[in-house]
Amino acid sequence: MRYIESHGHMVSRVTDDYVDMAMAGCQAVCEPAFWAGFDRSSVQGFYDYFCQLTEHEPKRAAKFGLRHFTWLCINPKESEDMKLADEVLAIIPKFLDRPTVLGIGEIGLNKNSRNELKVLERHIDLAARHDQLILVHTPHLEDKLKGTRLIIDALKGDKRIQRERVIIDHVEEHTVKLVLDAGFWAGMTLYPESKCSPARAIDIVEVYGAERIWMNSACDWGVSVPLAVPKTALEMRKRGHSVEAIDKLVYQNPLKFMRQCPKFDLV
Amino acid sequence: MTRQQLLDLYFMDARSKLIDLAAFMDRLDRGEGEADFRLKAFRQALKELDRKEPQRAKRVLLSLSDHTTKPIAKATTKAASGAYYKLE
Repeated sequence: MRYIESHGHMVSRVTDDYVDMAMAGCQAVCEPAFWAGFDRSSVQGFYDYFCQLTEHEPKRAAKFGLRHFTWLCINPKESEDMKLADEVLAIIPKFLDRPTVLGIGEIGLNKNSRNELKVLERHIDLAARHDQLILVHTPHLEDKLKGTRLIIDALKGDKRIQRERVIIDHVEEHTVKLVLDAGFWAGMTLYPESKCSPARAIDIVEVYGAERIWMNSACDWGVSVPLAVPKTALEMRKRGHSVEAIDKLVYQNPLKFMRQCPKFDLV
Repeated sequence: MTRQQLLDLYFMDARSKLIDLAAFMDRLDRGEGEADFRLKAFRQALKELDRKEPQRAKRVLLSLSDHTTKPIAKATTKAASGAYYKLE
């Protein structure tokens, strides 16, 4: 089985995870910028992080035959500090031409605050000015419904944004229809304790279809499973889904979305 | 899949989770002190399971969600609690 890990925070994972993913059929891993688990103290911390994402991590992945791509931003968890956010937004364009950068992400909201929303709108503007794909993080748990609505409104509010070039991630049963009906792509994240379980993700596909939708592990420094996508593919087999249907969800769909960026090449 | 096939595939898993839920509530009963807003929200969401209507998972998620529409003034925490705290 072949698959693309469309959202994995590999800087937080050990090299053995790359080995396991490659053995499970992973062809490429795409790593959005995110919160490190602590607040960085200055823009220099982000500069170093963006260098890690665009220089070091692709080399680490390549040792196991995996292509590594990335997305850049300041995560909404660090967006309350507007001065820092503006400083980080100012350095992002220096990295956008690097060969493995797919776009702006994972931007979005965390607690749905005014400053988070302002920083989201600045990221959307940055993506529009530089013709970048967008990957959006939706908030956790009780904040997801409200945050998803605010994010959709912000994206719709910028007429330069082409909705088929935006993926809104971490959808669940109460948000997936909002995202798909608005014309965006939807990502389902497979987590052991929050977001979607494999069984629920397959339920969502069975109910809402497999167009403009993908699955990812979003593996990071927290409780998460780097092999969640192939495990869910196995669950799909148990439920009688065809090999072709599984391939569409775990390989063809992420390929279709990310190939909108000409730098996404699996060769 | 048929209902029989789905039961064969998922019944033991669902049974295990059902007993875990029951044990969690027993544990809370044995605990001391006052519960916070999460227990009330949890009990409210549980009612969705017994309704004979589709989209129970969606309704449970909606039951635990913040339904307000305006951004908050400032984020004072990074974490989510799992249930929306409604000011009474």
